[in-house]
Formats: sequence, C-alpha cells, structure tokens
Amino acid sequence: MIEIRGLKKRLGTRQVLDGVDLDIKTGETLVVLGPSGTGKSVLLKHIVGLMDADAGSIQVDGEEIVGRRESELNVVRRRFGMLFQGSALFDSMSVGENVAFALRQHKRWTEEQITQRVAERLEWVGLKNIENSKPSSLSGGMRKRVGLARAIVMDPQFMLYDEPTTGLDPITADVIDLLIRNLQERLNVTSLVVTHDLGSAFKVANRMAMLYQGKVVFSGTADEARHTDNPYLKQFMDGSSDGPIQPV
Amino acid sequence: MSSTSVARNGGASLIVDRALEGAALVGRVTMMYGDMVRSSLGRVPPFSLILEQMNAIGVGSLSLVIVVALFTGAVAAVQAAYQFTAVVPLKFLSAVILRSTVIELGPVLTALVVGGRVGASIAAELGSMKVTEQIDAMRAMGVNPIRVLIVPRVIAATLMLPVIVVFADAIAVFGGFVVAVLSVGVPPATYVQGLKDFFFMKDIMSGLLKAFVFGNIIATMGCYFGFATEGGAEGVGGATTKAVVSSCVLVLVTDYVLATVLFRVIFRD
Repeated sequence: MIEIRGLKKRLGTRQVLDGVDLDIKTGETLVVLGPSGTGKSVLLKHIVGLMDADAGSIQVDGEEIVGRRESELNVVRRRFGMLFQGSALFDSMSVGENVAFALRQHKRWTEEQITQRVAERLEWVGLKNIENSKPSSLSGGMRKRVGLARAIVMDPQFMLYDEPTTGLDPITADVIDLLIRNLQERLNVTSLVVTHDLGSAFKVANRMAMLYQGKVVFSGTADEARHTDNPYLKQFMDGSSDGPIQPV
Repeated sequence: MSSTSVARNGGASLIVDRALEGAALVGRVTMMYGDMVRSSLGRVPPFSLILEQMNAIGVGSLSLVIVVALFTGAVAAVQAAYQFTAVVPLKFLSAVILRSTVIELGPVLTALVVGGRVGASIAAELGSMKVTEQIDAMRAMGVNPIRVLIVPRVIAATLMLPVIVVFADAIAVFGGFVVAVLSVGVPPATYVQGLKDFFFMKDIMSGLLKAFVFGNIIATMGCYFGFATEGGAEGVGGATTKAVVSSCVLVLVTDYVLATVLFRVIFRD
C-alpha cells in the first residue's frame, strides 16, 4: 500500500503540489486525473523518489520515502516499475538491452536466463523477435510496449504509469489499456496511472482521484466517478471550459 | 547618485554575481566528483562500459589529433627556422620542436581538440538523455546513473588522453622533421641527433601528467553540464557550449598551474 500525506512541492514560484493526501491500496489500480500542468507527473516522480518533497510523507508498505538517501531509495525502487510518458528508452541500446538493463544491474543471472526473461516479457506485451531493433526504428505504440516490458522485467510490486496512452491512436491506446489490465491480473501489482485520457481511465481504474491546483479534489470508485456531481470532475468529464477549473 | 556611479555599482554587482555563480559551479562540480568517487568505491562499473568509452574517446579522436599534430609540428619547424635565422644554429631546430611539443604543444593542443570533440559529445549525449527522462528511468530502476554514465567516461578520458598525446607528440616531431629536411634544409642526421641530445624523461612525464589531468577535466565538465541540462534542444545546445568553453578555459588555467608546479618546484634543477 502507498500512503501519501500532506505532500507539498514548489517549483519556482508555482506551488505544484499543495498538500496531497492519497492512498493506493494493495492490488488496486488508481487513476489520477487532472488537466495538464496540475502536478500529476510530479506526484508520480515523488512516489519513486525522483523528486524531493518540500513537506509531507509517502509511505510504501509502511516504509517512508521522503527524506531518504539515494542509496536507500535505490533499494525501494527495485520494487517499482515505471512507464514514462515518452517511454524513455535508452536510445544507444537495442530493445533487448533496454529490457535486460535492470536484470544486468541487479541480478546475477546467466545470459541465457536474461535472454529468456527478455523474450518472455516482450511476448507479454505482444512483441516478438525485436530484441535487436533500435528504439529509434519503432513506432510510438511499440516504444510504449517496450517501455512496459522494461518496467515489468523485475516483477515489480508497484507499477507507475505516466500518461500511458498520450500521443497514441485510439486502437494502440486500447492495446496499452488492455496490457495494463492484464499485467495487473497477471502480476497482481498495485498500480498508479496518471492520465488525462478519460476513455483510458475508465478502462483500467478500480478507483479514481482528481488533482487540481496541487490538491486532490475528488476520490472515489470508477462507478462513483461516472455518476459524480463533483463540479471539478464533472467539468473535466464534460470537457467544458465553463466551471471551477480555469483553463491555463 | 550620478549615472557614472550607478554604472560603476552595476558593474561591481555583476562581477560579484559572476564570482558567486563561478563559486557555486565549482561547488556543484566538486559535489558531483564526490558522488562519482563514492559510487565507484561501492561498485566499480563494468569494464566493458569503460572499454566502450575508451574506444569512443581515444580511437575516435585519433584521426583529428593526427592532422592537428602533423601541422603543429610543421608550423613549429617553419616558425623556429625563421626565428633562428642568423641567431641560433639550425642543429637546435629539432630540440626546440621536440621539447616545445612534448612539454606544451602536444598535451595542450590535444586537450583543446579532444575537449571540443569529446566534451561536446559527452554533454550532448547525457543532456539528451536527461531531457528525454532516460536518466530518470535509470534512477527509477534503482540504478545509480553516476556509476553507469559518468564514471566510465571520466575513467576512459583520463586514461586515453595520455595515450593520444603520445601519438600526437610522435606525429608532431615527424611533421617537424618533414618540413625541417625538405623545406628548411636541415640534414636528417642532424635533426635526429638533436632529438637524441635533448630527449629528457622529465619532459615526457610532465606532458603525460598534464594529459592525464586534462582528460579528467574534459570528461568531468562534459558529464557535469550534460547532467545539469534543463529544457529541450536549446538546453542541450547550451550544455554543449558550456562544456566545451569551460573545459578549454580550465585546461589553459590548469596548464599554467601545472607548469609552475612542475618546472619551478618539482623538476627545478
């Protein structure tokens, strides 16, 4: 379980996170919605310790993340898989080397074991025999899937998805959504998905939260979200410029 | 307050700002260096990564360095011959070329050329990785990017620059030989005898020590500015420029410091 309490972060003159309280229960997929620039990705980066919080607490299965040293965070991070918005594949390496990267760093496996695991995880995301391809030769959807294979190669307990379907066509986006659901069932991971893609959100979410101006303004099940009268979420789902959310 | 004093105060505060920025930069680079030493003490990066960088930095720079060294030696021969006219016998031509190359021109010019090529390439590569979240991805996997990305580059550049300088010295002396014999009219045997008479091990050692330090500076500055990149393509361009300019300035400043320490303290006869 991930428990976030009173998380605050200021970047320059902007208070990006202003006391975020959020729980992500073990085994569930929580989707965090919100307009662009409301701090969704910043929240995600705090959970895995990529950014330092100004105040507040993040506990992963009772273990505090905020204020930990980099070497201590590295141990906690091995329990996480993270899919980045732009996939963040290492472009100097092949697809196979990308997926195998964490294994080579953390496991004392033979090359045969590594090759087998890489092929297996690439197959899970619907890709076969592309180990030798360079990331630059792949389409956006394929890059996301390779990023996903790389994120799950160490059997993580927690998965963090940063805008997993942004920039993809609707069919490829649906493939990614299905993969997120399949992985949740297959690995029983606790997932946090950050997105502003409503269609995708309802496909993968057990619960939903909405972030606006650095605060959680809605939290509930996917069903509660669908029938909500919360003015923020309602405006966001209606795609209206009229309401409490001010266009940036 | 008069406009002159306002301008003077403005100028003074600008100098103070720049000095503070410079001090902060030195502090940040030192901290990165500390992290680098700490991370490699815990677990040395795989030798394959270091070897890959040695190839990219050393072998990759060789053709450029050869051209620069060849013409450096040739120009040194022409200039020395011109200045020796009616003052110094031409039998000392090879000695001047050898000693000026080995002590000064070889390490410094090689460092400036490699600094431009390698410093820019390291800063651009790491800067691109930073802005496309590849370094964050590495950290999110529990991997220390300093150990994997910075340490191999700094070790490789530190080890390879002295090797490149040995090649550069040899090529420059050869370039000087070609011009001295074919253009100035120095007999080949006289040129070679001059090399033998004025070959001092301390010259070679001081040149190689300089190269060792310069290699470290070039890679450290490239890595620092690469990791400090913010923004997109503009940020990468800025980081590249800063890496090259700072490494070139530091090479020249360090050259003066090392020359003073080596020739006025250590090798003082």
